[in-house]
Amino acid sequence: MLRILVAKPGLDGHDRGAKIIARALRDAGFEVIYTGLHQTPDMIAEAAVQEDVDAIGLSILSGAHMTLFPAIMEKLKASGAGGIPVFGGGIIPDDDTEELHKLGIQKIFKPGSTTQEIIDWVKDNVKPAEEDS
Amino acid sequence: MGSDPIAKRNRRRPARRHATISGTELDPVYGPETGVSDPGRPGQYPFTRGVYEDMYRGKGWTMRQFAGFGTAADTNQRFRYLLSEGMSGLSTAFDMPTLMGFDPDAERAMGEVGREGVSIATVEDMEELFDGIRLDEVTTSMTVNCTAPVLLAMYLVVAERQGVTWKDLGGTLQNDMLKEFIAQKEWICPPRPSLRVVTDIIEFCTKEVPRWHPVSVSGYHIREAGSTAVQELAFTLADGIGYVEAAVARGLDPDDFGRRLSFFFNVHNDFLEEVAKIRAARRMWARIMRERFGAKTDRACMLRTHAQTSGAALTAQQPLNNVVRVTVQALAAVLSGVQSLHTNALDETLALPTEEAATVALRTQQILAEETGITNTVDPLGGSYAVEALTDRMEEEATAYIERIDEMGGILEAIEKGFPQQEIAEAAFEFQAASDEGDYITVGVNGYQSGEHDREVEILKIGLEIEDRRRQEVGARKRERDAGALDAALEEVGRAARGTDNLMPAIIDAVRASASVGEISDVFREEFGVYSDPAWL
Repeated sequence: MLRILVAKPGLDGHDRGAKIIARALRDAGFEVIYTGLHQTPDMIAEAAVQEDVDAIGLSILSGAHMTLFPAIMEKLKASGAGGIPVFGGGIIPDDDTEELHKLGIQKIFKPGSTTQEIIDWVKDNVKPAEEDS
Repeated sequence: MGSDPIAKRNRRRPARRHATISGTELDPVYGPETGVSDPGRPGQYPFTRGVYEDMYRGKGWTMRQFAGFGTAADTNQRFRYLLSEGMSGLSTAFDMPTLMGFDPDAERAMGEVGREGVSIATVEDMEELFDGIRLDEVTTSMTVNCTAPVLLAMYLVVAERQGVTWKDLGGTLQNDMLKEFIAQKEWICPPRPSLRVVTDIIEFCTKEVPRWHPVSVSGYHIREAGSTAVQELAFTLADGIGYVEAAVARGLDPDDFGRRLSFFFNVHNDFLEEVAKIRAARRMWARIMRERFGAKTDRACMLRTHAQTSGAALTAQQPLNNVVRVTVQALAAVLSGVQSLHTNALDETLALPTEEAATVALRTQQILAEETGITNTVDPLGGSYAVEALTDRMEEEATAYIERIDEMGGILEAIEKGFPQQEIAEAAFEFQAASDEGDYITVGVNGYQSGEHDREVEILKIGLEIEDRRRQEVGARKRERDAGALDAALEEVGRAARGTDNLMPAIIDAVRASASVGEISDVFREEFGVYSDPAWL
C-alpha cells in the first residue's frame, strides 16, 4: 500500500482542503499520514523520512509557498528523501507554477480540482519508493 | 466527449436536488398552513425582525471592509483610500506571524511577512498604521485572536499618544479563541488558558474601554471550514454561551458586558437560508441571554452582528462572476438586518485585493444602500411563509445541537473531545463529494466552464523585499529600546500570567516599553504552554 504524507507547511491554518484530500486518499486505499498544522520544512522532511512515505502532498493557502516549498525541497534532499515525488495545492497563482515545477514539484492542483483527479494522479505517478541498496 | 463538446458541456443540467448546500431540503411551496412562529416586531425582544425599531431608516449598516497587507504604511494608505471612498469603519487584517505570535525576524515567520495581512511587531508599527487617522473619529475592528491582548494594548497606547481617552474608543476585537480551536486554527496556548485571556479582555474592556466590543463571536470561519448553516449558527451561539459563562464565573454582570458582545456571521450562497439564519440567531441569542443568564435589559439580549460574504463560495475561474456572487450574498445580509458588512473582492480566491477590486466590493454595498430601496422598510422578508418557516426550522435544529453540547458539559469539553471539529470535517467532506458528483453546480468550475472569456485578472503581489525590510526595522527597534524597562515589563506579564491578575495592565505596560508581539507571546508560551494540533481528519 502506498504511503502518502499530507502536510500543512507554515503558519497557514486553512486545513479544510488538506483534510478532505487526506480522507479521500485514505478511502481510495492509500495509507495517509496527515501532519496537522503549522509544520516547518524540517518537520515535514523528518516526517517524510520517519514515515517512509512514497509521496508528499503540500497544502498552502497563505501565499508563502515560494519560500516554503523550496525550503521543503532542500530539506528533503538533505535528508536523502529528494527522490520522493511532491505534489501541492491551495492558493498558488499560475505564474508561480512553472517556478515550482523547476524546483521539482511534480504537480500543482488548482482550485476546483476534484478529489478523483488527485487520486488518479497519485495512482498514475507514484510508485513504491525503492529500497536503498 | 460527444460530437459537439462545447454544447454538451454547457447543456443545462436538470436540478437534481432541491436542497441548500447545507442539505436543507426546501418545500415546493410554503403557505399559511405551514404554521410559523409570530416573528414579533423589530426592536422588541426577541428581535427576530431586527435589533432596532427603525434599522436602516435610522442608521445604515457600517461598511467595514477588511484590509491589510505588507507594511503599516501600505495598509495605512489602503485604509485612507477606502475611507475616502465612503467606507464607514476600519477593519484590520494582520499577517500570519502577527496573528500567530511571531516577530518578522523569527524563523517561523519566514515567507509569511506581510502576506495575509499587515505586519505589526511593536507599538511603533501600530502608530504608523493609524497615521493621520484619529481613533476617536473612527471605529476599528481588529481580526486577531491569540495575540488579541497585545494588539488591543497597542491600539490603546496609540490612542493615548494621540490624546484620545479610552472611554471614547469604539471598535471590535475578534478575540474569539473558541472558534480558533474549532475552525480558524490560530492558536498559541491550549483552550483553557486561552479562554482565561479572552475573559481578562472582556473584564478589562467592560471597565476601561466601555464602548469597545471585546469579543466578536464568530461563525464566519466555522462556515468557511465547511460547516452547514445550522452548524455555523449552533457552534457560534455555543461559543457565545461559553464566553458568557466564563464572564459570569469571573463575577461580571451579563447586563453589563452583555451589551458589548458582538457577533460575526458568514453570508453564503443559499439566499433564503442565510436570511433565516441571522433572524434565528437573533431570536435564539435573546432567549439565551434572558432565560439562561437572566439578563434583564433588552440591550444585553440583542445580537448585533457583522457579516462577511463567503470567500469559499468564490471561484478562481472566471473571477468576474464573483462580483455577482458577492452582490447576492450582500443582499441577503442586508435583508437579514446585519449591523456591519464586509463584501469580498472579485480576486479574493487569487490574492489579497487590488485597489480596483476592493473599490468594486465597496461600491456593491453602496449600490445596495442607495439604489435598491430595500433600506426603506424594516425586515422586508418578514412574514414570508418560506423565510419564517426556515427561521423556525434553523432555530429548532441549532437548538438541538446546543443541547448536545450542553450534555457534553459545554463548549470547552466539546472542543477538547473534537466534536465541532469533526462535525465540520464531515460536512466539508460531504459537500466536496456532492460537488465532485455534480450534485451542486458551481458556475465556471463544474459547469459552464469556458476557455473563451476566462480573463486573467491582475493580482496584488507582495514582494519578498518587504520581509527583509521588516526584519531589519524590527531588529533595529529591538536594539534601540531600553532593555531594562522591557525585561521588567515582560517579567510583570509573566507574573500576572502565573497568578490571577488581569493580564491587560501588564501587557499595556510592556507594549509601552516597545515589547513585541513575539516577545509577549513567548511569555504566554512559557507560562501557558503551546497547543499542538490533534490532526483529526
